[in-house]
Amino acid sequence: MHEYSIVQALLARVEQEARARGASAVLRVRVRVGAVSGVEPELLACAYEFFRVRTLCERAELNIDRVEEQWACQACRTTVERGAVLICPRCGAPARLTQGDEIMLERIEMEVP
Amino acid sequence: MCQSCGCGDAEIVALDIHDKVLAANDRMALHNRGHFAQRGILALNLMGSPGAGKTAIVEATSSALKGRARLGAVSGDLATDRDARRLRQAGVPALTITTGAACHLDAAMVHRALDSFRSAALDIFVIENVGNLVCPAIYDLGQAANVVALSVTEGEDKPLKYPPIFRAADLVLLTKIDLLPHLPGLSVAAFEESLSHVMPEPRIIPISARTGEGISDWIDWITDRLAASSAVPSPQGEQQT
Repeated sequence: MHEYSIVQALLARVEQEARARGASAVLRVRVRVGAVSGVEPELLACAYEFFRVRTLCERAELNIDRVEEQWACQACRTTVERGAVLICPRCGAPARLTQGDEIMLERIEMEVP
Repeated sequence: MCQSCGCGDAEIVALDIHDKVLAANDRMALHNRGHFAQRGILALNLMGSPGAGKTAIVEATSSALKGRARLGAVSGDLATDRDARRLRQAGVPALTITTGAACHLDAAMVHRALDSFRSAALDIFVIENVGNLVCPAIYDLGQAANVVALSVTEGEDKPLKYPPIFRAADLVLLTKIDLLPHLPGLSVAAFEESLSHVMPEPRIIPISARTGEGISDWIDWITDRLAASSAVPSPQGEQQT
């Protein structure tokens, strides 16, 4: 359950940003999680519920945007279907993950007195 | 808001961050990477399921490299010191990082452990991660390469079921191949096929720590990496740990 430590890192960063701006509370936290990042959105949400208590995020909603996994050829940019052998069907070069492994903090909405 | 005393409605401020949630871990990993690079140490993050044979790999590696390269190791373990004890018995300076409930190592844990190796002159530093095919894949530790140990008894479908760790791998060591004759229907080719769906450039070395089969290929792989890591000057020349 590494989602617990991911949430702790997330809350630490959000608190740091919010305090630096004199916020009294955080109202919304938006993250982007890739389909093959290794983070399970439901577990992340569950861990967030647990850890946000008695932090600046106590009232903050967590929005999780999911990002699909996408592969493309390193050489000619041809899309390689996920689940397929990760070699470009056109030129034979290895594919590269172009999106889907991100765990990103995108945006914070906070209340500043 | 009231302009005289400041009471009233608070202002709602939106702040765009667009940064990795694990940015702090990544900074610490970069620091560790500088530490290893500056000392010409090849750091390997060895991952795999519990019982895949990670500790046996380190033992076999140390014995194969005896007199040629000096190994050090840390072992991530939830509760015991068994792996590090085994490694010390094999002559490898080793330390346990007890993680408690945590299912993986992070860069800060490795950094703290490095303090104990301050006086040891090492060529290779193996970070034996907590036995787990899911969590360790997410945390950069400052390693030069990720090595995943996958034992034949786990089955050829594991790369398809746990893609992130295999996608992050630079090398997969297929372990316990001395057991293959007892596993009808399984072959090295079956593991290679399944890896090709999650690893764009699959690199797999079948080994057996018990019979010694394949160990020389693994040692060749390390030796190539070692040459590269001592030849390349540190990108962060000034940083001291």
